[in-house]
Amino acid sequence: MPGAADIALAIAACGLATWLWRGLGVLLSGRLDPNSAMFEWVSCVAYALVAGLIARIIVFPSGLLAQTALADRLLACLAALLAYHLARRNMFAGMVCGLAVFIGAAYVRGLIA
Amino acid sequence: MIADPRRALVLGAREALGVPAAVLGAGFLGYGSLAADAGYPVYLTLLATFAIWALPGQLVLMEMQAAGAALAATLIAVSLSAARFLPMTLTLMPLMRRGNNARRLWQFLLVAQLVSMTTWAVAIRRFEDADLQDLEARWRYFIGFSAVCIGSAALCAVIGQLLIGALPPLARFGLALLTPLYFFVTLVGEARSKASVTALVCGAGVALALHEVAPGWSLLGAGLIGGSAAFLLQRTHARRG
Repeated sequence: MPGAADIALAIAACGLATWLWRGLGVLLSGRLDPNSAMFEWVSCVAYALVAGLIARIIVFPSGLLAQTALADRLLACLAALLAYHLARRNMFAGMVCGLAVFIGAAYVRGLIA
Repeated sequence: MIADPRRALVLGAREALGVPAAVLGAGFLGYGSLAADAGYPVYLTLLATFAIWALPGQLVLMEMQAAGAALAATLIAVSLSAARFLPMTLTLMPLMRRGNNARRLWQFLLVAQLVSMTTWAVAIRRFEDADLQDLEARWRYFIGFSAVCIGSAALCAVIGQLLIGALPPLARFGLALLTPLYFFVTLVGEARSKASVTALVCGAGVALALHEVAPGWSLLGAGLIGGSAAFLLQRTHARRG
């Protein structure tokens, strides 16, 4: 285990590395017209990247979620989306229903005692 | 309608205070408990949350440090996980910036640090609405919204760190799913244009297909291949229809 000063240095370096992407986005955005085809392409890339990240977390999770069943995770997503729309775009209702279905399913499978 | 852009700061803060702050808080509650496991003092947990402000990157950093990875390798891994911020900032900033002469470049460079998955997904959606067409109103809305999100995340990370081990398994499973569930409903439930729906489907498909073959490249591939495919599909469709 490295010391606190080493960890702090690594955190600062990683913070800078992360910010560089954000800063680069700002610098390049000055030349980008929101009505151009280029903008449309970049926003497709952004949406696809984020969708890829979420799909990977849900289908191939690591850590605690890896112990749960894929069917339960997908069922929870479906329930959350359905409840969200039925409750007229109410995010709270979506989250509560999704989690209830997920925990219920895990309970039935005996994952949670 | 917002007549006064000054009220947009409060509007943003109010809209964050609710499900977005709660979901982020839940994610960072988990981060705090992992930080306690990793032996972080509280100030390092806070430093990581403010300096990096991207949960996937913070988790990668923590995992690699626990595994004793070299600083250079850790930096590359965290940097790769943050590449998504380039297209995200690139699409968000023009919506607040183009034609806004009241704000300087350094202000945009500072505010870019606030861009995260939650703040980006909500802002890009809300900026389509009639009450947020004014650039200054958008700028203030984004700052208000982000400030509440970061505040909630930092507070919950500290709570999670101090409450380590106190959470029952039921709550831990629920917390673990809450963040991906929230992003899923935000993106899929709120996608309005055909282009964004196509991009979501293509990105998810490419990421899952690439995961087996080249897990390290699945996200970059999802963005570039999936995004470009969606863009081309949308273009040919628009030209035909």
